[in-house]
Amino acid sequence: MTLMAGGHPVFVSLKPSPTQDGELDSSSNWRLDPTELASKFTSRTKALVLNTPNNPLGKVCCQLSPQHLSRSLSRHPPHITAQTVCRTQVLSFWPGVLFLSPLPLRRSQQRPVALGGMFRKAGASLTRCLHHSLTMSKRLPARRLDGLEYNPWVEFIDLSKEYETVNLGQGFPNFPPPDFAVEAFQQAVSGDFMLNQYTMAFGYPPLTKILASFFGKLLGQELDPLENVLVTVGAYGALFTAFQALVDEGDEVIIIEPFFDCYEPMTLMAGGRPVFVSLKPSPTQDGELDSSSNWRLDPTELASKFTSRTKALVLNTPNNPLGKVFSKAELELVARLCQQHDVLCIADEVYQWLVYDGLQHISIASLPGMWARTLTIGSAGKTFSATGWKVGWVLGPDHIMRHLRTVHQNSIFHCPTQSQVAVAKSFEREQLHMGQPSSYFVQLPKAMQRNRDHMTHSLQSVGLKPVLSQGSYFLIADISDFKSKMPDLPGAAEEPYDRRFVKWMIKNKPRLPDHRAEWTHGLPPPQGLVAIPVSIFYSVPHQKDFDHYIRFCFVKDEATLQAMDKKLQKWKAELGP
Amino acid sequence: MILAQRRLCSLGSRTEFLKTIYSSKLLGFSTSAFWRLKAKDQRLSRVSSSQGLRGRICSTSLLSSGHFVAVFGIPWFVFASSKFLRKMSLKFKNSKRIEGLDRNVWIEFTKLAADPSVVNLGQGLPDISPPSYVKEELSKVALIDSLNQYTRGFGHPPLVKALSSLYEKFYQKEINPNKEILVTVGAYGSLFNAIQGLIDEGDEVIIMIPFYDCYEPMVRMAGATPVFIPLRSKPVDGKKWSSSDWTLDPQELESKFNSKTKAIILNTPHNPIGKVYTKEELQVIADLCIKYDTLCISDEVYEWLVYTGNKHLKIATFPGMWERTVTIGSAGKTFSVTGWKLGWTIGPNHLIKHLQTVQQNTVYTCATPLQEALAQALWIDIKRMDDPECYFNSLPKELEVKRDRMVRLLESVGLKPIVPDGGYFIIADVSLLDADLSDMKNDEPYDYKFVKWMTKNKKLSAIPVSAFCNSESKPQFEKFVRFCFIKKDSTLDAAEEIIKAWSKPKS
Repeated sequence: MTLMAGGHPVFVSLKPSPTQDGELDSSSNWRLDPTELASKFTSRTKALVLNTPNNPLGKVCCQLSPQHLSRSLSRHPPHITAQTVCRTQVLSFWPGVLFLSPLPLRRSQQRPVALGGMFRKAGASLTRCLHHSLTMSKRLPARRLDGLEYNPWVEFIDLSKEYETVNLGQGFPNFPPPDFAVEAFQQAVSGDFMLNQYTMAFGYPPLTKILASFFGKLLGQELDPLENVLVTVGAYGALFTAFQALVDEGDEVIIIEPFFDCYEPMTLMAGGRPVFVSLKPSPTQDGELDSSSNWRLDPTELASKFTSRTKALVLNTPNNPLGKVFSKAELELVARLCQQHDVLCIADEVYQWLVYDGLQHISIASLPGMWARTLTIGSAGKTFSATGWKVGWVLGPDHIMRHLRTVHQNSIFHCPTQSQVAVAKSFEREQLHMGQPSSYFVQLPKAMQRNRDHMTHSLQSVGLKPVLSQGSYFLIADISDFKSKMPDLPGAAEEPYDRRFVKWMIKNKPRLPDHRAEWTHGLPPPQGLVAIPVSIFYSVPHQKDFDHYIRFCFVKDEATLQAMDKKLQKWKAELGP
Repeated sequence: MILAQRRLCSLGSRTEFLKTIYSSKLLGFSTSAFWRLKAKDQRLSRVSSSQGLRGRICSTSLLSSGHFVAVFGIPWFVFASSKFLRKMSLKFKNSKRIEGLDRNVWIEFTKLAADPSVVNLGQGLPDISPPSYVKEELSKVALIDSLNQYTRGFGHPPLVKALSSLYEKFYQKEINPNKEILVTVGAYGSLFNAIQGLIDEGDEVIIMIPFYDCYEPMVRMAGATPVFIPLRSKPVDGKKWSSSDWTLDPQELESKFNSKTKAIILNTPHNPIGKVYTKEELQVIADLCIKYDTLCISDEVYEWLVYTGNKHLKIATFPGMWERTVTIGSAGKTFSVTGWKLGWTIGPNHLIKHLQTVQQNTVYTCATPLQEALAQALWIDIKRMDDPECYFNSLPKELEVKRDRMVRLLESVGLKPIVPDGGYFIIADVSLLDADLSDMKNDEPYDYKFVKWMTKNKKLSAIPVSAFCNSESKPQFEKFVRFCFIKKDSTLDAAEEIIKAWSKPKS
């Protein structure tokens, strides 16, 4: 239970005093050594568990007098600190009994160890049926997973399923891929049966070939399908492969906030240290629509983040969640710093086709001197609106790609064949239509720009302040007016406001405890819209500063946007004039 | 600089690189880039038929700056700056965890076998069709729009439900679909997740030789030390040699366990020997796992493929083992659809949850349409488990015929194959064939040379068994090669023709 609460159990034993020959031992002979007990109290001690009469010894604790205890406690007043998070693992103990342990304990370094003798005697089966858990004296999870268990998506995805909602949260289209892609996939699964078997480890040859020729032109590079292209399980898999291949214990990775949330745990899992730098909004004139292009990096601040330990910088353009498309000048700044400090650039460009208002997506790898140090990551899911196919790729120079291939061959080895076949076919089709009105890469952004405008307008009508998105699937909206109007939404004290706001939006008719009846200030129940709180795209220290934005996905079909409108109009009517 | 070069050397063909350092330096190129070009040219001349490179590099005049610009797209003088050179080679280095893990038998040998004139008994992929209902389910799924998008990260809900229903029969307990099952990118992905999730720097992991080759680099990538124990064969004299003659010595096995042992990797039915562990053998392993408080990673991808007289047992069903075992299965092996790349891990939540953490930071989710089709296909067979039509029953029957055919074929040319009780591979000592390998490079184990020679000269490919060994034990197994027999009859006919023709001139 201590462990489940994230605590660190500290053990001290009751020790039997020697008995005279033949004399019956008594539980009262089992005592605590006061000095030893005192030594267990530290500034991080939060509580002591006392069990009297004691199970299993039967001792009645008269020796541990209140004074005795309070002396120890007053000398080391326990205080609350987030740092008491326990990084150890002990399983199998009688709930609540262990702390005054009647048996000597095995110990190893900071690792409390499950009760030796008692449970050995009781046998593994007893422990099992009691706790359904593993009696393992060794630490169970690998250290590389420390602090990575929490994933913000799980919570919000679950919530959105629990309630009747219009889901504008997760970034996937709810309309089908284009006909040519669907047909390509149908052909791949019903044609040659050998497409049900493994293909080449680093990518289905026709796919690596078309990716090399297609992106070779865009990047101004001649790409070799075998050396410069690696097909991965989605762009997510590409990112993971890149981090594992290049980031070592102690390396620093510069991440621009707000950032797609996986960059941080992926850096940590590789043993690296994320270093954050925020895009900062410039103030807008009253009534003026904020734009993601007003969110900029401070060049001096960015430069200050580069050190001799900096191994890589992650650049995401168009940016998720902000929808910012980095300008050429901004990219040149990043490129200059990367070259100056000899840093690799991991360029996540999965939304490269989704750029609006006539803006141009620029790959940083196409800037002078950058190809040799840049990995460019793309996604068939975002390219052809088929996120479920899980096909992604990395493009880069062979001297970096070879390390990614090593990770790939030791982690998943192959990607599914048929999805790759369909993606290859779809790119072949696109290559023929490149730049023409029939090209999906022309049609999709056009359609999504309409969606963006639609959503921007609708959100404004209820008093949300959207930030104009220049690219990607997303836009963010400022909820600071709501924060000042109704600051006390339900939720944990520590929970950033935007998370509470999103939960409030999702839950259709929350039953309110009486004492919080006023929290809505007379506002009607929320309307069942799912968005994603933007603070999850920030590092913990910066979450406080960015807890008043929420992210909406506008890559949804017409019906979804209409349903959104209905919800918003109802909301507006209930908000009143 | 020198240090960095040494590092790079260790990753590739040494001598070539060392030789070229000075010339390239004098010319003002990055040595690593130079080496890369050099390597590329070597590869070109070696595998000129490789399709990706066909017709590409017509100018192999290495040292022309024009070529250089074409490859890197940046002016050559950028590379000439010595400061740039020094720093570049350091930062572009791999992370330590993958140091020395770049070589891979499959990459090497599938490239060789890619020549369509080669009869491929190498990589374990079926060239028979998957069952028709499996293909049909996928075709149906491909018509459903919504299944083109993301699904649940730890497994598509209908699939984990089907898996729990299937395996509850074998574990004789309820299996929570969301907490005790994880769907992965193939069993390969399951192994990776399990090892990354549970194995730490400084841990020891026991691996039985020979072993599916990825166990060792995966354990090393996690920073742990693999501890090896060989399966040893009893003398068989005149009798048929069977995979069951290969056993572990219980005392020797116990000697490998200590306080640092975090896990043992078990593979039953075994690849490449085809051994199916008996109840008694599994009990020995289970007892040691409990005694030494060790996890068990049980790779059971060939679980359905056991032949007459044998039964596949799950170590997780032994008393005290469920709580410390993760069991890995494969859709590719179950339905002969290796290209779907779907696998699963089943185990107690206190283990699976760590594998889930790895998953959410590696691939997040697996392909949706394939998972849906797999779920539908599983339901068809779950409902007829005792029926001979059920693929879990019909495939081993079909394969047993192929196994027996391979045994006869290999015996007919004087070899003594080890008859597998499970899996779809058969291994045999090929040194008896007396192939003349004098043309082959001498720096490799015998079986590597033999397979390369056989692929080139006899147009038949297989996999060298020493690829399934750590470096110390390679000499013990280098006379063996592995043939895959989940192949259509015409493929086996072609292999038979080659093998029979080969033995004729000798007799």
